[in-house]
This record gives sequence, structure tokens and C-alpha cells, in this order.
Amino acid sequence: MAVRTLKIDDKDVAVEAGATIMEAAQEAGVQIPRLCHLEGLSPVGACRLCLVEIEGLNKLLPACVTEVWEGMVIQTQTSKLQDYRRMAVELIFAEGNHVCSICVANGNCELQDVAIEVGMDHSRFPYRFPDRGVDLSHERFGIDHNRCILCTRCVRVCDEVEGAHVWDVGSRGASCFIVSGLAQPWGEVDACTSCGKCVDACPTGAIFHKGETTGEKQRDRDKFAFLSTAREEQQWTR
Amino acid sequence: MDLTELREVAQAEKERQGSIRVHCCTSTGCRAASSMEVFRNLEAAVEEHQCGDRIEVVSVGCMGFCGQGPLVQVEPGEQLYEEVEPDDAGSIISATVGKGTASTTQLDPHHPFFAYQTRVVRQNSGNIDPESIEEYIAVGGYESLYKALYEMTPEAVVAEISNSGLRGRGGGGYPTGLKWATVAKMPGDQKYVICNGDEGDPGAFMDRSVLESDPHLVLEGMAIAGYAVGANHGYIYVRAEYPLAIKRLQKAIQQAKKYGLMGSQVFDSPFDFRVDIRIGAGAFVCGEETALIQSIEGGRGNPVPRPPYPAEKGLYNSPTLINNVETLANIAHIIREGADWYASIGTEDSKGTKVFALTGNIRNNGLIEVPMGITLRQIVEDMGGGVPDGEVKAVQTGGPSGGCIPKQLLDTPVDYKSLREVGSMMGSGGMVVMDQDTSMVEIAHFYMEFCRGETCGKCVPCRTGTVQLYGLLTKLLKGQATEADLEQMKALSYMVKDTSLCGLGQTAPNPVLSTLRYFPEEYTSLLVKPAYLNGKTAEPKPVSV
Repeated sequence: MAVRTLKIDDKDVAVEAGATIMEAAQEAGVQIPRLCHLEGLSPVGACRLCLVEIEGLNKLLPACVTEVWEGMVIQTQTSKLQDYRRMAVELIFAEGNHVCSICVANGNCELQDVAIEVGMDHSRFPYRFPDRGVDLSHERFGIDHNRCILCTRCVRVCDEVEGAHVWDVGSRGASCFIVSGLAQPWGEVDACTSCGKCVDACPTGAIFHKGETTGEKQRDRDKFAFLSTAREEQQWTR
Repeated sequence: MDLTELREVAQAEKERQGSIRVHCCTSTGCRAASSMEVFRNLEAAVEEHQCGDRIEVVSVGCMGFCGQGPLVQVEPGEQLYEEVEPDDAGSIISATVGKGTASTTQLDPHHPFFAYQTRVVRQNSGNIDPESIEEYIAVGGYESLYKALYEMTPEAVVAEISNSGLRGRGGGGYPTGLKWATVAKMPGDQKYVICNGDEGDPGAFMDRSVLESDPHLVLEGMAIAGYAVGANHGYIYVRAEYPLAIKRLQKAIQQAKKYGLMGSQVFDSPFDFRVDIRIGAGAFVCGEETALIQSIEGGRGNPVPRPPYPAEKGLYNSPTLINNVETLANIAHIIREGADWYASIGTEDSKGTKVFALTGNIRNNGLIEVPMGITLRQIVEDMGGGVPDGEVKAVQTGGPSGGCIPKQLLDTPVDYKSLREVGSMMGSGGMVVMDQDTSMVEIAHFYMEFCRGETCGKCVPCRTGTVQLYGLLTKLLKGQATEADLEQMKALSYMVKDTSLCGLGQTAPNPVLSTLRYFPEEYTSLLVKPAYLNGKTAEPKPVSV
């Protein structure tokens, strides 16, 4: 097995060849912020929070999809990166309804955690107040599109783990939204197995169990292991 | 089919052609000005004069001077009629047979618009019927493919392209030979060649014109590329808004197959090459190579992070060569004339020619093909004839990804490096000229509106950043923005540029940054005046970029 040695934030680390910078960082005990990435699902590099600086390169590269190479020198916390991350989180907050106090995921939300991590206490961008709608047609779950950050974790978990491919992304640009089935109400999509994986994969309060009140949303243990074995172990949280 | 047979086809075609050919442009631009009616009337007039044995009316591709279309050219000779109305057709034929004069004005074929041009890619445009493979063969078509297959090894073809110095004409300017060599060296039995015809920049129509005017040239380039890199399957990705280009390509593929120049055993050699057309539904982002590949695969046209580059892992995870239409249209000429000939055109760093769509506030607009290294001033003032009423203020090159170059930099040579140095880029070849009445903030606003609508929405900075930038520019234009907004706009532009996933987002703020760099006073003059000035105007503060 080939090994690559590199430096992350001045820490030496040795990882298997083919590992990503994010995996190497985990090995070195360095925490890189992320939202779209969920270990076990295919990486997409969409949230751009995990961008890192690499010595000798002008471009910032996403840690979740970039493979390590020998002798790499990586910085994950430069002031430029911190500025950009904070701005990215502000942009997300300005894009939808991310008022934590009235969200089911309050206190249990990855977006909230990332905002705290990057030091975002308010957004300097004007809020856009989009009217994106809420779909409560499913018997057990609901999706509030206003709280969606389009990380596509639900899309990927449903496709890659459950194999149902209920979700996808519709439209483009600022009009993007998560669609179920062929843009049907969620409750009418025959393909949905009601497994709840999308609820567990969602980093915010966008997809939730019906009846949950503010702060009640439960997060599941070792995320991916849980998502992939829940069916056999009969471990659903419903 | 072998070389002798190919030349027999060429000879037969030359003998078939009438001694006088009346070329009538039937490309999209001229069609919009009733050129099809002109064409039909020309044919009717020939019949009326009973001179069909001497005069042949030919439906040809774009002659370039689109602003004066429809154009009709009589060959041999120097008659080039402009703004031809359907009613003028009869008099043109009468004049051609020596009875009277044409009722429409003529263009001077030595006009600077033509004189400065060096035509490589557009050599056959306007001279041959794009829907006839025989006409293409008569001007030497498919001989380069034969030469590559029978006289050169794939390595020699790659070396020839490398030595020519050709760089990607899609805008990035990546050395074409290097890209070909990378794909050629990748292991794997299945490789692909993709022709990127998803042109969507506002003001650009070069690729459309090449595909409409000379589809076989692109097909031949693709087949040579396939042979060089070891691919036997090619895709042409054309946007659905180009129905004529699609129709002509379909016809060209059928014709080439019939002659044994496409499909299995090209020229009876062991080389197979099949070409399929994929029609894009019209998303600007699909011009980005990874998004284009996703789209061909039937997925959503979203870009994916590079590396791995398509050369390593592209279409269906196989090594894929993806080149722009104009790049591929250069190939057959390079193989025929040799790398040294091609390298002798242009500058040290940028070889060959570049096709531009010259539009905007300019006297002569249309398509031009100029040698690299020509200055913007020569293009805009000499060829374009300058701005009709007034003077040039700026030139936008590179579409939404490019920047605005102010008039004091008009002596900048047109090459990859120089354009980048002045904060713009070659892009695929849109060139929009603006006069002194143009508001640069409005221009930035327009391009940001375009990018905001065309972003795929996958990554955060591009999806939400362009919306916020658009909002800030709107605020500025409404006279509601403060200095803090301007600073925020700058900071956000850099953030979107540095952190976006693909080329669309990475270049979306370029029009903002370049206009801020050269026209800061236009931004500061729109800012809200602080109340303490009490009606007096403050000195405009320079903005550092």
C-alpha cells in the first residue's frame, strides 16, 4: 500500500495514496468545515466551505474531492479562507429562511454549527425572503424548501444508499429546488420507501419528521454507518 | 474510397460547376433578412434568362459582413452585393449576363473589413455550399484525413498539432497538442472526441457560423483527432437554438458516411470513426466541459470538480478529448499545409488566427478572422469603421467571462497573454464595442444578470453570489448604494471568482472587476452622497482594485 506524506497546518501526516485532503485532515486532527459532504456519499464539492490553500498553487481546492499527493503543504485556516468561508455562510443565510429560533433543527443543525465555527453572527447581505413553499403531503415527513441549502445530501443518500432516487434538483440558479419524483408532491411519489434516510442526511431543518417541534429534531449517531445499516438493524427513528 | 477516387469526385464536381457562380448567403443572419427569398428569386431569374448552363446559383455559408446582409457574390469577379432585397435578384442576374445594372449597392472587396483578414477556419465559408460534400471535396476536403491515415502515425499527427502552436479557441487557450498528447497517452480501449458547439455568450456567433458554413471541416477535424488520440467515437454538442447548424451537420454526417469517410473503415483503413450529434437544451453552463459531458451522459448539466480532467476521466469515465468548434476547424488546414505554415501566422505566444464576432456600437459588424497579434484598434477602427456617431469608449472581449478594455488600451495586441494582462480574455470570440454613451455599470449589470440566470446553482458562491452582486449593482444604479456597498461588491466579486466550482462562476465577476478597474468614477458617481455634504458634491474617490 502506497503512502503519501504531507503537511496540514504545519502538522505532518501520512495517509494512504488516493485519500482526499479531508480524510488526511481528519487523520491529523484538523477540522475543515463542510456542509455538502457526508462521509460515505459521493463528494460533490458544492458548498465550497472546505476549500484549502495549497503551497505553489494559485487556485483554492476543495478538500472533499482533492486527492493528496506527496509533499503537499496545505493550509486550512488562512485569513483569506476564513473570510471566504464566512462570506459563503452569510450568502447561504441570506438565501433562504434560516431563522434558527423557529426551526425544528435548532441546536441540532450543521449549518448553525458551521456558522458558529466560522464566526458568523449576522449576514451582511440583504435577506432575499424567497417564497419556496413547504410540502407536507408525505404521511410521516415534511420538506420546507425555504430551509434547504441545496447540499443534495438527500438526493445522494436516496440514490446511492436506498437506491430509490426519489429526489433530484429542479430548475437552475437561484430558482433551484429539490424535487421529489417527477416534481410531484412527496406523498404521491410511489418510489419513496419512507425509509427516512433523507431526513437523517439533511444538515438543516429542511427535511423533518412531522410533528417535531422546535429543537426536537434528533440526529443520528455515526451518520453513515447508521444510514447504511438501519434497514437490517431495524433502527429507524420514526 | 481511396485518394484517387476522392480526387475523381473533386474533378467531377469542378466540371459540374457552372463557369459563373452566384453565391447567396443562406446562414441564419442573412436568412433573418429574407435571403432564402433572394436565393429563390436568383434561381428563378437564371431560369428566366435561360442561362442555367453558365450561371449557377449557390446557397453558401456566411461571408462575414453580416451587418450588410443578405450578401450576394458573383464569382469570378469582384461583385459583392450588399443588403440585397428579394426584388433585386432579377437585376443582379441581368447585370451578370451583361444586360443592365444591378439595383443594389456593391461592397468594395478591398474594404479594410476584408483586407485585414487572414482566412484559415473561414476559408471555405461563403465559397462552398455547406450542404454538398462534393463541393467540400472539390476544395481539397478530406485530403488531410487521408494524409493523416495513410502517411502519418497518430504520434506524428499529435506532433504536428503541437508544433503548430495551436491553442484552444474556446477561450482558455490550453495548448491543443498537449491536450491531444495527454489523451493519446491515456490507457484504455474506449476513448471519445467531443466537439463543443455550445456557444452561448451574448454577442457571439462564430461557432454557429462555422458549423453552418463548413460542417465537413469540423467533421474532418474530429476524425483526425480521433485517429490521433485513439478514439473511434465522437460527439458534436450543439445548442438547440442552432437548428440550421444541426440540420447541416446531420446532412454532412450522412454524406460522409455514404462516401465511406465516416463510420466503419474510414477510407478503407482499419480506422473506424462514428459521430453523433447531441442537442443541448440551452444552458450556458453546458459549455463548461465537465457539465457538457454530464449532459451528453443524460444527466443534469452540472459541472464537477477538476481534476480529474476529461483527458483522464471524461465521458462514461473514459479518456475524452474535448475541443471547441473553431479549434477543430483548424486541424485539417494544419495537416494539409503543415505546422510551420500555421506557426508562421500570429505571434510568438499565440499562433494562427482567431475568429471574432464584431458587434455592438460599430459601423461594420459581422464575422472576422484575423491573425493573432493584430491590435484592437485595427479591428475596431479600421475593420469595424469605428463607432457611427462618436467615439469608442470600451471593447468587451470574452463575453460574460471577459472584461471591458478601455479606449486608451486599444493598441493592445489581440493574443492570449496581452488580453489577460489588461484584465480580459480571448474567450470564444465575442467582441462588443461600446460608445461614449454606454454606462459601464449598466454593462456590468447586464452581464451579471446573464450569469445570475445561467448559473447551474450547484455551488454556493456562484448560485447566491451572482444574485447578491446583481442586487448590489441594481442598488447602485438606483442611486441607493453607499461606499460600503461598493466595498462589499468588490469583496464579493473576489470571493465568487476564487471559490466557484467551474469557469462560469470563476469568471462571472470579470465584467464588474474590469469596469471597476478602468471606470471607477462611473461607480463612485452613482453613490449616495453623505448628508453632511449638504447638496455639495464630494470628490470622487478612486477605487483600488
